[in-house]
Amino acid sequence: MKKKSLMPQAARFFRSAVLVSALFGAAQVSAQTVTAVMQSGLRVMDPVISTAFMTRDHGYMIYDTLLGVDENFKIRPQMADWKVSDDGKTYTFTLRDGLKWHDGAPVTAEDCIASLQRWAKMDSTGQVLMTMVDSMQPLDSKSFEIKLKEPTPLLLEGLSKLSSRPAFMMPKRVAQTPITTPISEYIGSGPFKFVASEFKPGLKVVYEKNKDYVPRDEPASWTAGGKVVNVDRVEWVSMPDQMTAVNALTNGEVDFIQQVPFDLLPLLQNNSDVKVDVLDNLGAWTYARFNHLHPPFDNKLVRQAAMAAISQEDVLKALVGNPEYYRTCAAVMGCGNPYGNNYGEEWVIPARLDKAKELLKEAKYDGTPVVILQPTDIAMLSAQPIVVGDALRKAGFKVDMKTMDWQSVVTQQSNQKPPSEGGWNIFSTYSILATSGDPFGNTTMASAGRKSWAGWPDVPAIEELRLKFAQTSDPDERKEIAAQLQKLAIEEGIVMPLGQFRIPAAYSSKLSNVPKAPVTVFWDVKKSTK
Amino acid sequence: MLAYIVRRLMATVPVMVMVALVVFAILRLTPGDPAAILAGDDATGEQLERIRKSMGLDQPILTQFGVWVGHLLQGDLGVSLLSSKPVVELIGSRVGPTLALATSTIVLTVLLAVPLGVIAARNRGKWLDRLVMAISVFGFSVPTFVIGYLLILLLSLKLGWFPVQGYKPMADGFVPFAQRLVLPTLALSGVYIALVARITRSSIVEVMGEDFIRTARAKGAKERAILLRHALRNAAVPIVTIIGIGVASLITGVVVTESVFNLPGLGRLVVEAVLARDYPVIQGLILLFSFTYILINLVVDVLYTVFDPRIRY
Repeated sequence: MKKKSLMPQAARFFRSAVLVSALFGAAQVSAQTVTAVMQSGLRVMDPVISTAFMTRDHGYMIYDTLLGVDENFKIRPQMADWKVSDDGKTYTFTLRDGLKWHDGAPVTAEDCIASLQRWAKMDSTGQVLMTMVDSMQPLDSKSFEIKLKEPTPLLLEGLSKLSSRPAFMMPKRVAQTPITTPISEYIGSGPFKFVASEFKPGLKVVYEKNKDYVPRDEPASWTAGGKVVNVDRVEWVSMPDQMTAVNALTNGEVDFIQQVPFDLLPLLQNNSDVKVDVLDNLGAWTYARFNHLHPPFDNKLVRQAAMAAISQEDVLKALVGNPEYYRTCAAVMGCGNPYGNNYGEEWVIPARLDKAKELLKEAKYDGTPVVILQPTDIAMLSAQPIVVGDALRKAGFKVDMKTMDWQSVVTQQSNQKPPSEGGWNIFSTYSILATSGDPFGNTTMASAGRKSWAGWPDVPAIEELRLKFAQTSDPDERKEIAAQLQKLAIEEGIVMPLGQFRIPAAYSSKLSNVPKAPVTVFWDVKKSTK
Repeated sequence: MLAYIVRRLMATVPVMVMVALVVFAILRLTPGDPAAILAGDDATGEQLERIRKSMGLDQPILTQFGVWVGHLLQGDLGVSLLSSKPVVELIGSRVGPTLALATSTIVLTVLLAVPLGVIAARNRGKWLDRLVMAISVFGFSVPTFVIGYLLILLLSLKLGWFPVQGYKPMADGFVPFAQRLVLPTLALSGVYIALVARITRSSIVEVMGEDFIRTARAKGAKERAILLRHALRNAAVPIVTIIGIGVASLITGVVVTESVFNLPGLGRLVVEAVLARDYPVIQGLILLFSFTYILINLVVDVLYTVFDPRIRY
């Protein structure tokens, strides 16, 4: 008897299985669903408590902001328009028509005041702002008034803040949650609704189009303008393996990858079904932070020596590799940002080992080991400490590299004790430039000693300049202050800029109108059915 | 037997208490801070302290342990520090993919590895034996992720037979469910097939040299019957043991396979929870895993008595 081979039967079964599945899938997931692989899973849902980018991006999906910022850094009305009194001390905000929370209730002035109060308790700009606010009062259900003790542009800048933490509006009952307790009801007035029944922390978040949302008439630009939703659903999935995400995009199983690792770009760049695109053209800047509290970096000359020893190009080659996606830049507030200033580029950009050695000699550096924290689990953060450590060794520093996961770095970086007791001397990280362009959004600029962010520089002149910056709205004067801040930041070694880079996204050619903005948003996106 | 099973189950209690103590202590001694993860990396020390307080992390470790045990005794594993979801719910949402993958892998392993081992033993020293053993060496020498990527390249990207990644529960239909399990099962079972085939072969080879096999042959029993009825059954104890260990390790986490195929299983949950220092989730998972090991060991011990009636408890 002739034996039948099982292989053709198996192949037929698989083919029919694929077909059935495709039909089944088509019935279940409509063409108007955009599936996006985000940089990590969403776990923390409170955009006021957390500064995580995922939490912020989630915030932009379901919440709205009173004001927005467009691609020219101009502050625009979003949920509300405003009028300012002649003395510049009283701002009246009026909510636009048609604003509703996702439960159908109208957005009121009281909701907005409660949201601002909660936000300001946690946000660095908000905290400064509240010291300048005299009162916040509702005038009627749709308008409210903020009285300032003195005129400041910080009010509009704070309310339109792009990134961690944007001033998202929530219903009053949610906004009254104590700031130490994460919110447990996820209701906003934004263009998408959060689908709680399909939420799997760390794995999957589903958003539905908010059919009640009334977008503004102007075209969308960054977080300003009309947030028009053209798809029914957006699903965020997290994939721990980047290669899998790239394969899934190639195979048409997902539509969008928020961040493509630089080494996997060649797999997508020649694929006509996929578009590789930098959505945030400003990009990010990476920097090293010195601990000003303990030797050897409690000495300004030693900080300057370290800055002279490091080559930005070396760091960026190790981190990014492809020059298309990086640039050297000395500006603490970012090249490309209105207040970016290049003072000190001869210090910061090239490596000058002779100068570094000279400074170390002048500083009488005694060989105190420099403890560098090196995270190993995040590609965007693991290369910098290695290059920095190598440069410091070449300059004559003794280096003690401590490797750990990023979360351990985050924990350790807030430790103000000496390195011998669990503290540190240098760590590096990165921030997006759109939020680092002023001395308040830029966390590294605060220089009020132990009260400031990790590194704890104590430079009263910087604090005075920051206050002056908050008090003036004259663009020229602000630029002048920013230039002085840049000079102090470099000379005092409050932060060591290591260069700028842009992170590419990739998406299916079925998608169009993907917004170019410093934050990842999904309004305006269209998906073709072909 | 029943008394034995009850006795063994009772013995799990002190073991679980020890596990709970050790896990709790180790987690609190490891560097890391869930408050820092909740607040983000540019939080100031003051903000972190406020969040730590609200999470109860500023309390003495003994107080924290007391609170946790108190909840545990009421069957409450706690709430995730980050997502605020109950730990039971989080674990429940991840059990499905893990159990599905473990079951399909073990079934495939037993169906292929035991016959392969028997064939190799039957043809000891011949080319068939060498071939099976060569495949075995290959099976547990090549990392699972390499096999995974090769399978994706060939069967998904080139031939388009299977999706690259993801998981669909059975409730969404059998075909999508099965389709997404084929590649991870093939990738993962390689190492288990290799292991079980080798153990089966060596156990049978050992048993085939025993006196009772010679007696069976002397009685005129057919070689096939000797192999399957006498040798295989007597060689079953080590085979069952290794399969038991396989089941336990499959349930307690196959992180790499789950990552390569983007399966939302327990292995990934462990890694995510550890990296996020989500203490209640880690504690809940380790308790679950310990209990799984104890239970599987018990099942294996009971199975010994089925395959070898001389064993009595």
